[in-house]
Parts: sequence; structure tokens; C-alpha cells
Amino acid sequence: MPTVYVTYTPKNNGKPPENLISAQAGKETLQLVPVEIGSDKLNCIQAAQRAGVFIPHYCWHPALTVVASCRMCLVEVGERKPDGSIAMTGKLVPGCQTPVKDGTVVVTNSQKVVHEQAQTLESLLLNHPLDCPVCDKAGECLLQDYTYEFGRATSRMIDLKNTPANKPDLGPNIALFTDRCIMCSRCVRFTREIAGTAELQIINRGNHSEIDIFPGEPLDNKLATNVVDLCPVGALCSKDFLYKHRVWNLKTQNSVCPDCSTGCSIHLDGNKNIVYRLRPRENPQAQGYFMCDEGRLGYHYINSKERFLRPLRRQDGKLTPFSYDEAIRTVRQMLKDAVAKDAFGVVVVLSPFLTCEEAFLLAKYAKSLSKAVQLALGPVPIVGEDDTYPKDRRGRPIQPVKFTIRAEKCPNRQGVERILRHYQGQLIAFDEVVRQAEAGKLQLLYLAASYPPRGDGWLTAEQAATLGKVGQVILHDLYPSRASEIAHVVIPGGAFAEKDGTFVNHAGLAQAIHWAITPTGECRTEGQVVLDLMQRPGLLHAATLRKELASEVKAFAALASGDLGEYGILLDSTK
Amino acid sequence: MPIPESDVKWVKTPTIGWVEQMYIPAIVEGLRTTVRHSIATLFGSGARTQEFPEVEPKLPANYRGVHRLNRDEKGRVKCVACYMCSTACPAHCIDIVAAPAPKEWQSDPVHGYPREKYPETFVIDELRCIYCGMCEQACPVDAIELTTLYDLTGLSREDMIFDKEKLLAVFDETTKPDAKYPNPIRTRSGKLGPASELPPDQGLTFSSTAQS
Ligand code: SF4
Ligand code: SF4
Ligand code: SF4
Ligand code: SF4
Ligand code: FES
Repeated sequence: MPTVYVTYTPKNNGKPPENLISAQAGKETLQLVPVEIGSDKLNCIQAAQRAGVFIPHYCWHPALTVVASCRMCLVEVGERKPDGSIAMTGKLVPGCQTPVKDGTVVVTNSQKVVHEQAQTLESLLLNHPLDCPVCDKAGECLLQDYTYEFGRATSRMIDLKNTPANKPDLGPNIALFTDRCIMCSRCVRFTREIAGTAELQIINRGNHSEIDIFPGEPLDNKLATNVVDLCPVGALCSKDFLYKHRVWNLKTQNSVCPDCSTGCSIHLDGNKNIVYRLRPRENPQAQGYFMCDEGRLGYHYINSKERFLRPLRRQDGKLTPFSYDEAIRTVRQMLKDAVAKDAFGVVVVLSPFLTCEEAFLLAKYAKSLSKAVQLALGPVPIVGEDDTYPKDRRGRPIQPVKFTIRAEKCPNRQGVERILRHYQGQLIAFDEVVRQAEAGKLQLLYLAASYPPRGDGWLTAEQAATLGKVGQVILHDLYPSRASEIAHVVIPGGAFAEKDGTFVNHAGLAQAIHWAITPTGECRTEGQVVLDLMQRPGLLHAATLRKELASEVKAFAALASGDLGEYGILLDSTK
Repeated sequence: MPIPESDVKWVKTPTIGWVEQMYIPAIVEGLRTTVRHSIATLFGSGARTQEFPEVEPKLPANYRGVHRLNRDEKGRVKCVACYMCSTACPAHCIDIVAAPAPKEWQSDPVHGYPREKYPETFVIDELRCIYCGMCEQACPVDAIELTTLYDLTGLSREDMIFDKEKLLAVFDETTKPDAKYPNPIRTRSGKLGPASELPPDQGLTFSSTAQS
């Protein structure tokens, strides 16, 4: 097996790894951690990472080309001969640009390396304003972190610092704090290699270099805000989040973006029951490293004041609030009566925004009332066509595709469909429900909708008019809409940030979502309401339900452990 | 970063024997102090009480009383809304809402840098505060200070929740030429901290900038 050797740096309280070996390099004794790399093509940073050693780096990013310009990752390399002796090259090399092979020795902690790291940081800080108190990145800034760990405490700069003007309108969503930039060029490479639109460039030379755009061509593409995450410092800031909060106050949960069926893995940052931002979370199985701006900035509806906060029922034509206990009792009774009268006339519509657990509970509950109750899939929002990146300057897609924004604007059609197929046999589309309503065959409609407010709303005016003819409409939704106008009972819905559960993306990847905030007002999530309807005691526990789902629905058998891990689990192929 | 094991000192609670467990020595010791003070007050010159409010106490200049929010040279709130104080506050009694500074502040550099961020609201619950002074220590621009104003009263709980205007009013009150409260001595009141200042461009000396 090809093996690479990385120097071991004793960690606080950490035990040295068991396979540590001592080797002689000239006069020095090196403590080395061997790592097997198989046939992987790795650079020193990646090899060291596998050995549990961190090499600081700025310009290198696994999704971008290597430029080796920041010099933060300098290491010494050598070779371990078959006889166990080590020959060092004696030079500092950028770890990001140096591939490792069998026998490579990576020295990350020699005096030379440590000195060089401090030098690099000092020079990066020469013109840096150090306005951390007002910098949005403070707390997650790599310049802060590395300076703390690898840098020196003082600067020897005695001249005036450069103070280039800020560019608050670099793009509609992005501001550039020019003086904080460390010229790693990650942002430039992103716009050239991933977005392809190439809005960004470096102008001027030497310590007057600046990131800039062509006049009148702002950084405005559907992936643009990714440069904010890529920027290791506070130079590029998202205007949506700017000055809203300090990052150390945010509590982060792993979740999945609900805005299209790509199902980008995300970090959901919230505090005090407010969602502050969404950030992409690296997931090789889902989308890679990035996410689109539509998803990233599409969360504001969660914090909106206009949401339904309490259950409502129609009295004298107006929706009036009533208690949850009563709501649950009423809905249960309505369903029971309707099923007793004509079970075929009862339709439960499951939106593709429900989690698998919720869809499972609801389907199971509906079928337990009577096998004849029909389960249907709610409208699946489709907007335009799949949009792939990179694009060229004229907006034409280029191969190979590095990121796809899908036309299907919902997170869990795949999951809900699988459950519907299991319980209903064939899939009943929403149009079919509307047709049945038109024909006057329906007497009760249970709409588990909870669509985020997008475009013209999830129900067209004609559909609403037709469904309005149904005798009883029970609705779960987030907002007043055409649907709530025809509903007889409205139960507030939960947003994805308030739910624990599973979303299945376009490729059949089941990923876990976790709640970052509790439901607003008195709200209960759909899953909790169905549990209450079923008279199952307790709160919704996603892992338990997932196990139950895996044992009852064959399509979900892969989730039997209940734990989806960080990256999710691929269900069987969809086609 | 975790604290290295070598920096941790483990301290054992001292064991107490049966004599101490009866607390009699401790009670006697306490009573002794009480009696000593009573005698000193009655017969000697060791009176510890003052006729407040007729006689105003002379508090040391490092007394930690009501907070104030300082103003910069242009009379604007000096705070840059960095949340350091609210992060440091052990009583969680500071609430800040930050916002981009008004347009005029952004284009008009006072200290080399234009002001980019400022507190839209800044509220301290003076009832919850334990007057520890951590906020003052944490502030990178010396915008928040604990003054020597001690006679703090209010008619309701709401009265004691100080907003930005009230905290700035405390600044105006305590910096009047004839203010009866001495300026706090802990901070460099008036001057902006290093985070909001450019390095001086005149009279450069190596030592004055080397530490910034
Ligand atoms: S980029 Fe980092 S080091 Fe620079 S001001 Fe912002 S937080 Fe501080
Ligand atoms: S703006 Fe940020 S990402 Fe772009 S070059 Fe500067 S430091 Fe790097
Ligand atoms: S004095 Fe202490 S408790 Fe009071 S506001 Fe400041 S940090 Fe908080
Ligand atoms: S620490 Fe100072 S500058 Fe920062 S928010 Fe508090 S008062 Fe304002
Ligand atoms: S990360 Fe290697 S030189 Fe920048």
C-alpha cells in the first residue's frame, strides 16, 4: 500500500496515535504518522488531513484550481527510502501544489515551517485594517484563527496602511470590503470555474491589487453568494446577513435546502428562534460544496410575521382561532364522519414539502381510517428548466456540469411519492383530485400543504374555485392564501427549519434535516399534528419514525438504522 | 482552543475536622468583629456610617456604577456595535441591534476610517446587571463605561431598562464641566481604541506603533 508520512504535532491532552514511528532525518529525529493513501491523488494538505494534521491554507480549495499564491501552506517534504532512512529536500514547498506519492514525508512543524507561517501571516496583515469589531467574518475568520494559532502577536509595520475604498455594490447581494482582502483569488476562480460567468478579476499590482468588476457588470449570477463562504476573510460579505448578528451567537444545525430537488446540504444558522442565514455544507453525495442564491436567500418567509400562528376554523364565513386540543378533536371527528359516509370521497393530499416521516404518518393514519381513503400528491412546482453551471459569458451552459439548479422547486417529491406508491398503489396526481372535485365526487379534502410562498401561490385561482365546492376542506399551510380562503379548518404548518425528518432529493439521496428553531407561536409541525390525531403519545422523534418507516415501506429499507449520517443514504435507484 | 493540561491547577477542597464542623469558632470570630465595630462606633472615632443623603459619600474613582455610552468627537455614539460587551456580560443584560451606519457617517471619515456599523438600539437592563465591569473591559473602542453614578433609582422595572438615549444622557450628565461625579479612571475615555483609529501619520516612533 502506498504510504505517506506526516509529522506528528503533539496536541493538547491528545494521545499520540499508536502507529507513530520515529525516523532519522539527518541529525533530527522525526515523529511520523503513516497514512495509507491507496490510489488517491492527493496533495500534502489532503494527505496530512487524513493523518489528522492540519496544514493552514487560504488559496487552495478542493473545488477550485490550484494557484499556490498565498504561501500559507508551506511545508518541507522528503522521501522515506525503503531502508527507513529519510532524505529531505531542504526546501519549503507549497503543500497545496505538491502531490504526495508512496514514501513522501511531509514535515509540518519544523522550525523553518513554523517561522515561515508566522512570516506569511505578518505580511498578510501588513495592510489589513484589523477592524474585527465591525467585521462580519469575525469569529469564523481564517485570518483571525491562523494568526492566533500560527502567527505572531505584533506587527512591525510602521508605515500608513493602504486604505482602498470599499465597494458596497459589487453585486446586488454582495459587498466588498476591499482593504480586508488577502488576495487569495478564490472568489475570482469561483466565478471563472464554477459559475463560469467570470465577473470578478484582480486589478492593479503588488500591494495595490484589488478585486473588482467591470463597470456596469456586477457580480450577479445565481451562484454568486458562494464567494462569501469561499472568502477566508471578511472581504466579501453577504448583504443579506451584513451586521444582522455576530456569528458566535448563532447555533448551527445540519439541514437540507428545500428550494429545489437538488437538495443541497446546508448549515442552518439561527438564534432566538430566528433563522439568520443558510450556508452550503460540503456533501459529495448531494451537491458538492456550494448552493444557489435562490435557496440561500429564500428562507425569509420562515421569520415572517404573517404566518398562521393558531388553528383556525370557519365561522360565519370568517376564520376564527380555536385551541389545538379542539382542533385535533374536530379534525379527527370530521375525518371519522366523512369516512363513515363515503370513504372514497375522502382525499388526503401530501405536498412534496412534507418530510418522509410526516408523509408516512399521514398516509398510515389515513389508510387506518379506511383502505378506501385516497392519497394524492400535491402540486409539484416546476419553474423553467434545469439550470446548469458553469456558463460562458453569453449564458450558455458549458460541460462538464459542476452545479445544477433544478426546475423542480421542492425538496421531497421523491420521498413522498415512494410513500404514496406504497400505500396507494398508483400515484394520484393533483389534477386528478381537481377533476374528482369538479365531478362532485369529493366530500372531504385534507390538504397537508405547507408550501413556502413563491410566485403566485401553490394553488391557481381555477383550482381553488373548483376545490371550494368540496364540502369540507382541512388545510395545513404557512400563510393565508387561496387555499385558506376555501378551507374550513386551517392548522398552521411548520417550515423546514422547524422540523426533524428526511428529504429525498432528485437522485434518491435521503438526507436528514434538523430543527434550528422551534415552531413560531403555538404552531405544531404537521408530523406532530398527525401524531396527535393518531393519539400516539409523545413528541415526534425522527430517528424512531425512520426505523418504523424503513421496516414498513420497502423503498426505505436502506434507512433501517434510523441514522442518516452527515451525507445521507442513497435509496435504491429511482428509475 | 482547549486549555492545555499544564495550565490547569487542580485545587482540593480542604477537609474540615469536627471542631470546625460545629461552626463555634467561626461564630465567635464573627461576633468578635461585630463587637469590635460596635465599640469603635460608640466610643471611638471609627464610625462607618454616613448621614446619607444629607452627606454625599466620596466614592473612589474606580467605583462601578451606572453605565454610560460615550460619544465620539462629533457627538455620535462611539459604540461600533461589535457585541463584545454583550458577549462578555455574565448577566446577559445587554441587547444590541446593529445596523449599517447612517450614510453621512459612512462617507465622512473622522478618524481615517468611515463609520460602517453602529448600534440601532442598545439596551442594558440595569436591574439584571451585576456591575462587574466586564463590558467595559471587552469594549474595543472604549464606548461603554461604568460611571461613579451610584444613586440609581427608578419607579418601575421598565425605568431601569436603559436604552441608547438614556445611556448617552448619562454620558452628557457625567461629562458636564461641573459634574459632581469624577470621571471613571479605568478606560481612556475620549480617545478611540486602536480598532477604530488609523496609525498616526505624524511623529512616528517605532515604539508607539509596534504594539498596535
Ligand atoms: S477579515 Fe478577519 S482579521 Fe480581518 S477584520 Fe475581518 S475578522 Fe478581523
Ligand atoms: S475577496 Fe476574499 S476570496 Fe476574493 S481574493 Fe480577497 S480574500 Fe480571497
Ligand atoms: S457590568 Fe457586567 S453585568 Fe453589567 S452590563 Fe457590564 S458586563 Fe454585564
Ligand atoms: S463592546 Fe463597545 S463597541 Fe462593542 S457593542 Fe459593546 S459598547 Fe459597542
Ligand atoms: S494554500 Fe497553498 S499557497 Fe495558498
